[in-house]
Amino acid sequence: MSSRAIPEVETVAPRVARTPTDWKGDAMRRRIAGRYGAERRFRLLGLAAVALSGGFLLFLLITMMANGLRGFTQTQIALPIDFPSSPLVIDPASLKTNPEQVLAGANLPQVIDHAAVAAFGKDGGRFMSAGAVTALRQAIIDDPDILTRKATITVPASEGVDLAAKSNGSPADEAAVARLKQAGALSTGANLSFLTLSDGTDPTVVGVWGALKGSLLTMGITLLLSFPIGVFSALYLEEYAPRNRWTDLIEVSINNLAAVPSIIFGLLGLAIFLNVAHLPRSAPLVGGMTLALMTMPVIVIAGRNAIKAVPPSIRDAARGIGASPVQVVFHHVLPLALPGILTGTIIGMARALGETAPLLMIGMRAFVASPPGGITDPATVLPVQIFLWSDEVGKGFIEKTSAAIIVLLIFLLTMNSIAIYLRNKFEKKW
Amino acid sequence: MTGLMIVLIILALGAIGWIVARARATRLQIEVGRLATNSRPTQHGWYVALWTTLPALAFLAVWANVMPGLVHGTVMATPAARSLPADDFSRNAVLAEAQAIASGAQAGAFNPQSLTLVDSFRAATSRYSAIGAILAAILAFAGGAYAFSRVRPAFTARSRVERVVMWTLLGASLIAIITTAGIVASLLLESLRFFSMVNPLDFLFGLKWSPQSAALGYGNENAFGAVPLFWGTVFIGAIIAMIVAIPLGLMSAIYLTQYARPETRKWMKPILEVLAGVPTVVYGYFAALTVAPALRSFASTVGIPGASSESALAAGLVMGVMIIPFVSSMADDSIAAVPQAMRDGSLAMGATTSETIRKVLIPAALPGVVGGVLLAVSRAIGETMIVVMAAGLAANLTLNPFASVTTVTTQMVQLLTGDQEFDSAKTLAAFALGLVLFVVTLLLNIVALRVVKKYREAYE
Amino acid sequence: MAESDTIPKMSARGVNVFYGEKQAIQDVSIDVDLDNVTAFIGPSGCGKSTFLRTLNRMNDTVASARVEGKITLDGEDIYGANMDVVQLRARVGMVFQKPNPFPKTIYENVAYGPRIHGLASGKADLDQIVEKSLRRAGLWDEVKDRLNDSGTALSGGQQQRLCIARAIAVDPEVILMDEPCSALDPIATAKIEELILELRGNYAIVIVTHNMQQAARVSQRTAFFHLGRMVEQGPTTEIFTNPREERTKDYITGRYG
Repeated sequence: MSSRAIPEVETVAPRVARTPTDWKGDAMRRRIAGRYGAERRFRLLGLAAVALSGGFLLFLLITMMANGLRGFTQTQIALPIDFPSSPLVIDPASLKTNPEQVLAGANLPQVIDHAAVAAFGKDGGRFMSAGAVTALRQAIIDDPDILTRKATITVPASEGVDLAAKSNGSPADEAAVARLKQAGALSTGANLSFLTLSDGTDPTVVGVWGALKGSLLTMGITLLLSFPIGVFSALYLEEYAPRNRWTDLIEVSINNLAAVPSIIFGLLGLAIFLNVAHLPRSAPLVGGMTLALMTMPVIVIAGRNAIKAVPPSIRDAARGIGASPVQVVFHHVLPLALPGILTGTIIGMARALGETAPLLMIGMRAFVASPPGGITDPATVLPVQIFLWSDEVGKGFIEKTSAAIIVLLIFLLTMNSIAIYLRNKFEKKW
Repeated sequence: MTGLMIVLIILALGAIGWIVARARATRLQIEVGRLATNSRPTQHGWYVALWTTLPALAFLAVWANVMPGLVHGTVMATPAARSLPADDFSRNAVLAEAQAIASGAQAGAFNPQSLTLVDSFRAATSRYSAIGAILAAILAFAGGAYAFSRVRPAFTARSRVERVVMWTLLGASLIAIITTAGIVASLLLESLRFFSMVNPLDFLFGLKWSPQSAALGYGNENAFGAVPLFWGTVFIGAIIAMIVAIPLGLMSAIYLTQYARPETRKWMKPILEVLAGVPTVVYGYFAALTVAPALRSFASTVGIPGASSESALAAGLVMGVMIIPFVSSMADDSIAAVPQAMRDGSLAMGATTSETIRKVLIPAALPGVVGGVLLAVSRAIGETMIVVMAAGLAANLTLNPFASVTTVTTQMVQLLTGDQEFDSAKTLAAFALGLVLFVVTLLLNIVALRVVKKYREAYE
Repeated sequence: MAESDTIPKMSARGVNVFYGEKQAIQDVSIDVDLDNVTAFIGPSGCGKSTFLRTLNRMNDTVASARVEGKITLDGEDIYGANMDVVQLRARVGMVFQKPNPFPKTIYENVAYGPRIHGLASGKADLDQIVEKSLRRAGLWDEVKDRLNDSGTALSGGQQQRLCIARAIAVDPEVILMDEPCSALDPIATAKIEELILELRGNYAIVIVTHNMQQAARVSQRTAFFHLGRMVEQGPTTEIFTNPREERTKDYITGRYG
């Protein structure tokens, strides 16, 4: 034991005279109560902040739902047509052999108009949507014998009637709805054609399929380019890159690209892909390439983190049995890092799917009435379609815009859920 | 034969090479014994496959760029081409139309003369495609045969294949540099062209923005003063949005890290993350459809003058909400980086939790929070869709949040959408604005990362 | 030993501590008085630090922790409904294993406690408290010219004395020290030990240490903890020279630990 042995109790230092704090006094009690009050208020403030943020999200979603779900319904009118007395000119014989072509040339709009006027008065034709012709054509194809008798077919109502029936429209349309209701001709049906149609000028017959297909093609290109490039870059930087100025330059570039505003990538696409390389404007090819440059850094950063998380012991073990550097990485490190890389890729792709600004720069705001056939056809994508519809004057486009937003959000939520699922399922603690 | 077909055929040849070489190497291995071979059969397979495909594909890439010139030359040499107009512009128009008809991209001709060239275009195109395909196939076979002849027990196929893999990886990572260089080059070049038409000082310090008047021929002077744009960007992104996002984000982070029970935190955090995952076009639509009209009717009820249906406040508020999760997660990280010992030290003195947070944790985490806010600002000023849809186009220099202002990104979209002639000052101005935006966000990010890094080091 | 002369400042009876399902402390009873420095010794993981933290309810900050039994301060149950944890911690100060000055100036570090508890009537009064506390922690002469420098810029030993000054500044009755020298070099350790000896008599001091020489040097009473139980306690001289329990003897003679 040390020589500075145990001091004796008797050597206690002289007590310093002090007045002990009066913790029980009134003033101190009040003070402490005040401090607890401040504590509660602060805590409530925090809760309020979280509630406000969450509440805003809820408000946004509810607004979109309330507007958008109506976009999936369509007000319909039961239209009685007396075919024998209608002005339809058609050859019943050729109808049997080649109905599509015969009906494409027939004066169906006139038939609709005639029947509507007969049923609902002189402005009856105005109640019918342009989609009524499609409904009529389908009815005739389904049952050609219909032409010999009187029949009632259900056709979509026009934008004005649709709006007036769902919420409130112009006085004229409200009156029309009242009249149609009285005649018992009004009903509401599901409008699944919203998912199969493309852009148009009449909000009752537009759909998201064209934009959705454009999005899918664009995302395909983006994935095809950004995934290999991103994974290869991550592998190189994490596993092989020597510490030198080039490597630093690569790292700085990637970190900066991740922070560059997306619209700048649009400028890059416009200047390089369109004006220098002369690739087709408005095409998914260029859109996909632009978004790939934007997504690549996200994948690289996620990939590097996933690769870093693979413990060095696994590399050592593989090297120890004589695996070459390439074999170590491709046989051992990459498979273990893959779930993390995939999670990052899905998150990056979800971001690209919701991106609008860079695609506006390269002209992917074309009015596309039919879905693009390939990656070089003019196309638009879902977010841009939302933007375009939001600019439309017609009131009927409001619910279509919201409905398209619902479709987009469903895609994004699904992708994010898959990413979270992957992350949780493969989250490994080494 | 289309290009895609040729590529597929070459890839198929590569696959055949892979199989054949692998089979041969396996046989060799059986003959001489496993230990006498340098590389595994699969590696020989890859070696042959690479030699079969890479030279042929590289040739095709070159051919695709050379072929249009050759086709053009051939067509020009035909007798029908002699009657073409002499001036370049109309001659090229006819040629382009003929080519479009020949490739099937266009159905009919506006200029009947182009019809006479269609056949020669078709013939030349198919002839040169066939030549290209045959040459590519020869290259594929030659490469494959050369590599196949080298399949011997002692041949170091593995290290050669691995060298290709390494070069591929290096090449992939160079794309980041190329992209950055591409961004800088395109922004700089186009901006220089812009500044040759407009004085940079007028652009950076001018107070009047009306590119439309320049386009209408009133001259470029006094049309490209970008100060109102800069102000609008700062007003919306750095002031209004941050007034919303900083308190809400910071307090959310504090509540979730310091007060909420783990179970609560578990479902509250993903909700904030969802907020971050909503596309900006949705926020923009929400701002324009719901928030802006509400704010305008509020302003006119209260009697604020100059209220517009597109207001700085609507865009800023919604952008602030969009930034909340970003600020919150940065604050979360910064507070989590403050050592637990600080918190314990303060609590052990008899401080309440809120006193500990306000007087110890936040001051300690401040550099990290500030860095996070700078990153948030850089993101906010680069954000496009919300301001395009909700902020408006009027270049006002105003302090009234209910008035309409415009931003750098809004004007970039405005200048570059629709029909554009690429050389006008109007379209080039978008690149100058892009350059300013790029430089500012880059600086913000560099400063922010420095601050955050320094702060992290302080606690390590 | 004059054990019965002084009224115990704090006393624990039958204390059990649980972390979730796991029991960390089992049936510990001990008194702490004003005139003696009490040392808790024992191998790491024996529960001595855990027990120390129950004395100013720092275990409250761990959600899964649960304390049973009775601990009193001046006869008042510190886990009772009338006891305010803010007050309790002001009266029972704590110094941690690793020096943890706040990232503020030296002055602000010491002034922190008096400020939050409202102990100073004005700027002059606060200056006085800061100076008195720093003097008592033996740090005044070293820092009086740079009170506005950051507390984290001091050396390790100075930081720990700053933390002691910080604890003293709220005028506590008990000071708990959780291995206060384990992160310090020998010279800094000697200074802290001197300081502990000087502070004795003004504050009831409890020190947790795994360094037996230190326990012998600074304490008058020692308690030996092993596997969550208190094996034996008594005057330090007795524990070190003539332990009653075999396990204590094994530990002190270095058989394990």
